[in-house]
Amino acid sequence: MQPPAGQPPVTAPAVEMRGIDKRFGTVHANRAVDLTVAKGHIHGLIGENGAGKSTLMSILYGFYTADAGDIVIDGRKVAIAESRDAIAAGIEMVHQHFMLVDPMTVLENVILGVEGGALLRRHVPKARADLKRISAEYGLDVDPDAVVGELPVGAQQRVEILKALYRGAEILILDEPTGVLTPQEATDLFRVLAALRAQGKTVILVTHKLREIMAITDRVSVMRAGQMVGHRHTAETSREELGELMIGRKLATRLDKAPAKIGAVALQVRDLSVRDAMGVQRVKDVGFSIRAGEIVGIAGVSGNGQTELMEALAGMRRFEAGSVTIGATTISAGRPAMADELRRLGMAHVPEDRLRTGMVPAFAARESAILGYQDDPAYARGPLLDWPGIERYTLGLMEKYEVKPPIPRLRGSLFSGGNQQKLIMAREMERDPAVLLVGQPTRGVDIGGIDFIHRRLLAMRDRGKAILLVSVELDEILRLSDRILVMFDGRLVGELLPEHADERQLGLLMAGAA
Amino acid sequence: MSGTALRLPWWADYILLPLLNLLLALLATGVVVVLTGENPLDAVTTMVNGAFGSGEGIGYTLYYATDMIFTGLAVAVAFHCGLFNIGAEGQAYVAGLGVALVCLYLDFLPFWMILPLAIAGGALFGAGYAAIPGWLQAKRGSHIVITTIMANFIAYSLMEFLLVNVLIKPGQMSPETRFFAPNAVLPKMDAMLGAIGIAVAQTPLNLSFVVALACIVLVWLLIWHTRWGYSLRVVGASPRAAVYAGIAPSGRIVQSMLLSGALAGGVALNEVMGAQGKLLINFPSGYGFTGIAVALMGRNHPLGVLIAAILFGALYQGGAELTFDMPAISPYLVVALQGLVILFTGGLATMLRPALARVLRVGPRGA
Repeated sequence: MQPPAGQPPVTAPAVEMRGIDKRFGTVHANRAVDLTVAKGHIHGLIGENGAGKSTLMSILYGFYTADAGDIVIDGRKVAIAESRDAIAAGIEMVHQHFMLVDPMTVLENVILGVEGGALLRRHVPKARADLKRISAEYGLDVDPDAVVGELPVGAQQRVEILKALYRGAEILILDEPTGVLTPQEATDLFRVLAALRAQGKTVILVTHKLREIMAITDRVSVMRAGQMVGHRHTAETSREELGELMIGRKLATRLDKAPAKIGAVALQVRDLSVRDAMGVQRVKDVGFSIRAGEIVGIAGVSGNGQTELMEALAGMRRFEAGSVTIGATTISAGRPAMADELRRLGMAHVPEDRLRTGMVPAFAARESAILGYQDDPAYARGPLLDWPGIERYTLGLMEKYEVKPPIPRLRGSLFSGGNQQKLIMAREMERDPAVLLVGQPTRGVDIGGIDFIHRRLLAMRDRGKAILLVSVELDEILRLSDRILVMFDGRLVGELLPEHADERQLGLLMAGAA
Repeated sequence: MSGTALRLPWWADYILLPLLNLLLALLATGVVVVLTGENPLDAVTTMVNGAFGSGEGIGYTLYYATDMIFTGLAVAVAFHCGLFNIGAEGQAYVAGLGVALVCLYLDFLPFWMILPLAIAGGALFGAGYAAIPGWLQAKRGSHIVITTIMANFIAYSLMEFLLVNVLIKPGQMSPETRFFAPNAVLPKMDAMLGAIGIAVAQTPLNLSFVVALACIVLVWLLIWHTRWGYSLRVVGASPRAAVYAGIAPSGRIVQSMLLSGALAGGVALNEVMGAQGKLLINFPSGYGFTGIAVALMGRNHPLGVLIAAILFGALYQGGAELTFDMPAISPYLVVALQGLVILFTGGLATMLRPALARVLRVGPRGA
């Protein structure tokens, strides 16, 4: 049934993966996965974390070799053992984290690896002309002489796409491309993808956001637990159906949010300024308050000072100026407090970087379950730690917060992202703090886990706790917050109520354009 | 889904794998032995007999092991705080001064008072000497590997100066102190066991072996069962997580180096107050460095350190017998064997893991 080599049929799909199988030890990451992507289409690939979509795309791009199965590109069977083979077959990948050299210009980045000889002199003018043509053709508007490190994130992503096209990509894989973009930048990206489709290029969009799938794709394939569970024409499916396919059961109904019962001010921040480790001022004269019983959301494109603000509030970073009052205690540059003291004052913190900060991946779950509270007498028996007691406590947390598998002695790194996050949430929330700082609570968490975490946060708010939520997911901010603060370039540039905020307005504020 | 974190049953990780690595080292040495024209099986038999075949052999093996328990624990404790202390040699050397000062100048006291003072003196001097690199790391960011290895050289010079110019027994050529008074010397194991009616061969094995065993238990309790040990391991595994948890990494860095140096000081107890009964030049004779291999092979666990220290003690003692009985085998070959053991059990410790995992049919455990 193989078409003769050299004469592919005109109707051959751009990509056909047949019976792809891949194991990592006992983990069966891909089981007999089939994927067919029609030429000139935008094809969505969705699934929860760990569903196997990254593995599948890594096999297509040559990071991994499949244990079994065939890859057919444009009707021709190809062996892809490394990325070079994939590139030769016209496949390019735009990674979630850009592979760009910051101090170099756009043009230099684009020709990197395909300089065409030892001397640049002859090649560069031609490359410049090519780049201009490609930019115009696909509406990828970037100045070739701009330094990449100085470009906004959205423009950097356009450079990545330009780079792929310059190298002759016919099939473009985009891995979670909107994670770092403002809504406006995402809209721009979709326009570019539509232009690519119009020119006959094939795009595979890997994402966990149903909204993007519905907005831009022609067809969509859904993965769950290493298997392909469905292929759909986007026009003939719905978010609900796709969500059910992804998680294998019906999605929970929408969150019901009770009206906030606002109490007294629990956390008061005044004129706070913070510098990072390099001495750059990241937080500039920020002031706000959070009252008991409300969730205050901080929206912003990542890298605008939210991280440093949270770290300063949590006692992980010294203030440059300003003060923070929690309860009856005021913290300032002259009167710093470390995280342990703040915890005693009733503050808990779910950090945005759970693997490096919120837990110790090499530790057993029961060890990470007391991180930050290790000096609590409840966990000690005489001078020694009460490990049997800690283990029982951890098991209790795991059962209450549905952490799977509920094995307190299992190493933290062996839990999935969502379960790691639930364990950290459990640790911080079960102490019943007056103030809870939460950073990116659902990053890398699957849909079922997101819903669970959101409900827990709302329940805590309804118990009269003050919650500060930092997230780059606008949906999350809009869903949970009682008030929204927008952060741009280290400053608070706006305050809105979620019922009055729309994504466009928020996006403009986040981009510093309003 | 990183796919590389193979999980083995604990016995495979902690017993089978080190044994296989040891076997590889022996095989590699066997090849060299064959090249020298000797029979490698005879060589192994001679070594094993030399180390464990007689009461005297066992005594010497454990005497060497005592030094390596102390230095192995010293390296392991620092390692749990994320620090690679390669200065146990110098710390042990300076600790010798602390032990000797007590034994030389407080020998009017009875033994039961001198013993704790000498232990404290050694620990204090060792800890003090380790505190300098610790403080430099914590406050100035000077890398501990660089500073501890430099400190070794300073320790050599300092001790040579003191022994040659200050502490030397007047009227002799060799730079050593006078012998300590009998009440300032640790009792030998043969004397102690003889007192309760058990006859064992006369060897340098002494009371400090018991101190070393006690240190194994104490370090185990400290690292895994106290808040302090917990915070130490957090700092070692993830300094950011430590800051998040309200633990100041700089404090733990200095404290772990203090403990590390104090443990290294145990070598002085065994050598100066135990085996020699005097302070002499170069008494740590490389045990500080062997301690690195012992800690590596013992996976920084006190029990592993004990087993690895006994293994290395056996290599020292059996190796000495080997060169004595088989003159074609030079002492350098014994050093080479020790080097190969370090290479296979330390540097290539996980080389066989994937193959072993395949054989045992266990893979990563997904959550």
